[in-house]
Amino acid sequence: MEPVQIYERLKQRFPEQILEVGGKPDVFAVVDPGAIVEICEFLRNEPELWFDCLSNETGVDYKDRIEVVYHLFSYRHRHGCVLKVKLPRENPQVATVETIWRSANWMEREIFDLLGVTFLGHSDLRRILMPEDWPGHPLRKDFVEPQEYHGISTVRESPIIRLDQKH
Amino acid sequence: MSTLRTEEMTLNMGPQHPSTHGVLRFVIKADGEVMREAIPDVGYLHRSIEKIAEKVGYHGFMPYTDRVDYVCAMFTNQGWAMACEKLAGIEVPRRGEYCRVIAAEFNRLASHLLTVGLMGMDIGAMTPFLHALREREMINDLIEELCGARLTFNYMRIGGVAWDLPPGWREKALAYLDHLDPILDEFNALFSYNKICIQRLANVAVISAEDAINYNLVGPNLRASGVKWDVRKDIPYSVYPEFDFEIPIGRGEWGTTGDAMDRYMMRIREMVQSSRILRQALTQIPDGPVLAKVVRNFKPPAGECQVRVESARGDQGWYVVSDGSSYPWRVHVRTGSFAAMGIIQKLSRGLMIADLVVLIASLDVIAPEIDR
Repeated sequence: MEPVQIYERLKQRFPEQILEVGGKPDVFAVVDPGAIVEICEFLRNEPELWFDCLSNETGVDYKDRIEVVYHLFSYRHRHGCVLKVKLPRENPQVATVETIWRSANWMEREIFDLLGVTFLGHSDLRRILMPEDWPGHPLRKDFVEPQEYHGISTVRESPIIRLDQKH
Repeated sequence: MSTLRTEEMTLNMGPQHPSTHGVLRFVIKADGEVMREAIPDVGYLHRSIEKIAEKVGYHGFMPYTDRVDYVCAMFTNQGWAMACEKLAGIEVPRRGEYCRVIAAEFNRLASHLLTVGLMGMDIGAMTPFLHALREREMINDLIEELCGARLTFNYMRIGGVAWDLPPGWREKALAYLDHLDPILDEFNALFSYNKICIQRLANVAVISAEDAINYNLVGPNLRASGVKWDVRKDIPYSVYPEFDFEIPIGRGEWGTTGDAMDRYMMRIREMVQSSRILRQALTQIPDGPVLAKVVRNFKPPAGECQVRVESARGDQGWYVVSDGSSYPWRVHVRTGSFAAMGIIQKLSRGLMIADLVVLIASLDVIAPEIDR
């Protein structure tokens, strides 16, 4: 099935929770964060959709909101679709989909680490790439890198690039 | 004799360990020689490549993509280039696409040779490693002639490739393939079908097809579990539909489908197929330009896309968000090694400590690709 048909199918089943369909070149559906687990379970278990794989889960900081993006894929039907949830930048929270796809475990840990999204019900929500005591979430647009970490300087003088230079 | 006291032992493997293929750490909870659990600890090689992309612009990010996976950097180059081309709607000249496929398949050979060689070394056989690396060096020489680098290639550009094939290179490459095919048979006779190798690898760390899909394993690791899926065939990109090749899958000839032996043999069989693709590509390559005209200040229209490339470590997903400016708003790369690391904790339960090394080597994880 084409993504657009999948979103039509979703709209029939969840008329209230599918908020928006759009985007190019890839078409995505924005869904209600409160219903993400319900929608994912439907996509996973419906025989003609059968999304058995969460191919990718990531987050994007848009300065006024944070979006979590789910790329789903079905090995049985060889089709894919993209879901998004929009969360507030202050204290973003969304339910985990780890119970549906185990691969979400690490990908959600990465989003928590780099963007600071809390996944409710996650079994092991710890930082994965950054050190445990790192301040802030590096992929946020307003993140400022600390000058040092445990006495190790994070900057190095370069004869070519001046540090106060903006691109 | 009074009862012996027994307790769980916590062992630390890594971050500096010869068998972890880079800087990786495992916290192993062991009961004698049997593991209760191995908890992976990653992030030692995190260089914030995704954040760097937001600062350096589209063309400038190309050399950084090499560092995502330095063992098969052609595929990261290609993934990034394809994502930018999809955003901006650029068409790559046919000769450019052929150059990409040739470079990428040679890189796949080099990467798989390293994997099978390291598998030998990890289970205690030094000779296969040297045999495999000898062949890999020759591929590195060929690639060096093509793009000037042996490891981090920076060969591809948005819209094609940087340089055409040098004069006489095609004949050299074909001669190398004639040399390689018998070497693969020799390697099988020397190592793959060796009784010790089979006994070490067969029936170790079996992954079922359901688990492989649920944990999002990709590429050779997924196919070893019996799932016939290859991006080159199933979501065709570049000029792959023009070639005749097969997708090998694991059948469990030596043990169970999806065991370490299947994953190991998948690499050997893929090398045979890569050699087939290369022969066809090198004979069919058309004339023409290799690079489309792309403006220097590259600004794709606002939008987002994901492209998938079949790298040596499997389906690599490049997710790029553009806001219409000269800097990408967000770049994310979903890599095969990151997914493969996620399944190790589950598989380690009840495994011997010595087999953890086999498991890591058979999944072919590359530390910089996990951490990016």
